[in-house]
Amino acid sequence: MIGQLFEGVPARALVLGGLLLGVLVAAPFLVNDYLLTVLIIILYYAYTGQAWNIMMGFAGQLSLGHALYVGLGAYTTAALYVHFGVSPWIGILAAIPIAIIGGAIIGFLAFRFRVGGVYFAILTIAFAEFARVGFDHFSWVGGSSGFFLPVANYSVSDLWNLRGKPMMFYYLILTMTVGAFVICRLLLTGRIGYFWLAIREDEEAARAIGIDTFRYKMFAVILSAGMTSLAGVFFAFFYNNLFPEQVFHISRSIELILAPIIGGIGTLFGPVLGAFLLTGLSESMHAILYKFGVDIPGVKQVFYGLCLLFVVIVLPHGVWPWVARVLGIRERRS
Amino acid sequence: MPAEIYLNVAISGILTGLVYGLMALGLSVIFGVIRIVNFAHGEMMTIGMYIAIVIFSAFKLDPLVMMVPIAAVLFVFGYALQASLINPFINRPEHSQFMLLVAIALIMVNVLLIIFGPDAKNVQTSYAFDSFLVGPLIVDATKVYAGGAAVLVSAILFAFFRFTYIGQAIRACADNYVGALVVGLDVKRLYALTFGIGAACVGAAGAMLVLIIDVTPALGPAYTLLAFIIVITGGLGSMPGALLGGILIGFTEAMAGLLFTPSAKSMFAFALLVLVLLFRPQGIMGKRTT
Repeated sequence: MIGQLFEGVPARALVLGGLLLGVLVAAPFLVNDYLLTVLIIILYYAYTGQAWNIMMGFAGQLSLGHALYVGLGAYTTAALYVHFGVSPWIGILAAIPIAIIGGAIIGFLAFRFRVGGVYFAILTIAFAEFARVGFDHFSWVGGSSGFFLPVANYSVSDLWNLRGKPMMFYYLILTMTVGAFVICRLLLTGRIGYFWLAIREDEEAARAIGIDTFRYKMFAVILSAGMTSLAGVFFAFFYNNLFPEQVFHISRSIELILAPIIGGIGTLFGPVLGAFLLTGLSESMHAILYKFGVDIPGVKQVFYGLCLLFVVIVLPHGVWPWVARVLGIRERRS
Repeated sequence: MPAEIYLNVAISGILTGLVYGLMALGLSVIFGVIRIVNFAHGEMMTIGMYIAIVIFSAFKLDPLVMMVPIAAVLFVFGYALQASLINPFINRPEHSQFMLLVAIALIMVNVLLIIFGPDAKNVQTSYAFDSFLVGPLIVDATKVYAGGAAVLVSAILFAFFRFTYIGQAIRACADNYVGALVVGLDVKRLYALTFGIGAACVGAAGAMLVLIIDVTPALGPAYTLLAFIIVITGGLGSMPGALLGGILIGFTEAMAGLLFTPSAKSMFAFALLVLVLLFRPQGIMGKRTT
């Protein structure tokens, strides 16, 4: 397993990757609270991007409704914690299956009834929107007026209940991101990764050579949904408030997919690079505008849109393949 | 509840549905010909709605009167968009085209948000509270005018595609892309025209809808999705299907609003979409292709 993880990776990539990881581990001791929060957001998008990439980048299924899984994970653990005092670590035992069931329903309906391509994307949006309206009327978790976790000024971090300082959240999301990277690497270099790529490139041909396409597409959806629900758990306990209009909204789903698209769909490092680029650039732009006294809602999203437009037109394979070439390290082509 | 209430709500839903139908017609025309899913459709409609509001507050000109110039502005906008950004994407993979339009939609929504702010805006016409009494029924005058205008514009569009040379040329592109190139049609220009026509439809629909509902920038994505639901329900690429789907969705929403709660009405539209995708993926009026 360890061998498979590092097999065929150029030495230079290992050194650079190790350096990056070292910097990230040391980061909380080097930066102030604001930058730490920015890093948390970056890693959050890197993690969710990695999870989305399993569906789109590996198996070729375009989901535009990933906010659904974030929301299911967030609401499940938050409700269990607030109503019954259940630790989020126990709560994920409910959150992951719920998100997986959600993904499995969408996947089963779509793949069994041959809903593909753009229709599939619209189906995923419809389910997320359905959940948004549904949770608006779900009074047990606050409905449209929101659901709140108790907040206090913590002197010590309580990892069991995920109550505490940003540093704890930082190491949590860093662990999740590294974990997702390792899982994706192992899957992609394994048997199942080749099946996925075959399905992505030509589904008919994949079926013809005997790949059970339904099964492997379902596996991609389930894995992606389960991983994304963990991001939702993190979201709930980090932000402490949940509104259906925000959590399940289509713009959340779109924000989740920006990092992997900009970094490079189907690459392992694309989501990480994309998250750094996108959040880094938008936060610095925000800081500059703030200095000039400009604080208008929507500017950040216009910037996201322009970044996406630029990448889709100029670098259809994303920024990572280009960066990898410049650094002299090669990742398997998307 | 007396039976008249159901009938009143049903008629009101159908009239609104006609406007939805016109909006979806634009999406259907664009998809049917260019084979591109216009993910910025609802956003283009909100642009039309905001133009109507700006004109109304500045010159007190009725949106229904201004429908033609608004449609013309959107036509130019759509033509330029297709000619500049979308035409190079014709042969790109499906998801790549989709991302392009997601980016365009994201920019549109938030530019509108920056210009107009997040608050809901509307127009107050002199006939806003008028109604017609038809026997025991009360029919909202605004919706009658809006629905009538939608039918008129749709009829013009049908005539255009059936009887004019350009309309026939566009249909030829839709039927056989290579064939259209072989007989010497300027396909790229026709595509730009088609996108312009689709944009004009949705702009006109926006001018009508602004009489019925308040507009916020966030309306864009919601109506994009609604337009998709209508078009898929009616049959992607089928013009009568889009109108029929619009009426069906308008009716369903109105009834759901009456029987349950208005804020949950969109859930019924989604449920309808899922049912159609599963049991009749080609839509009500669509032809089975595979």
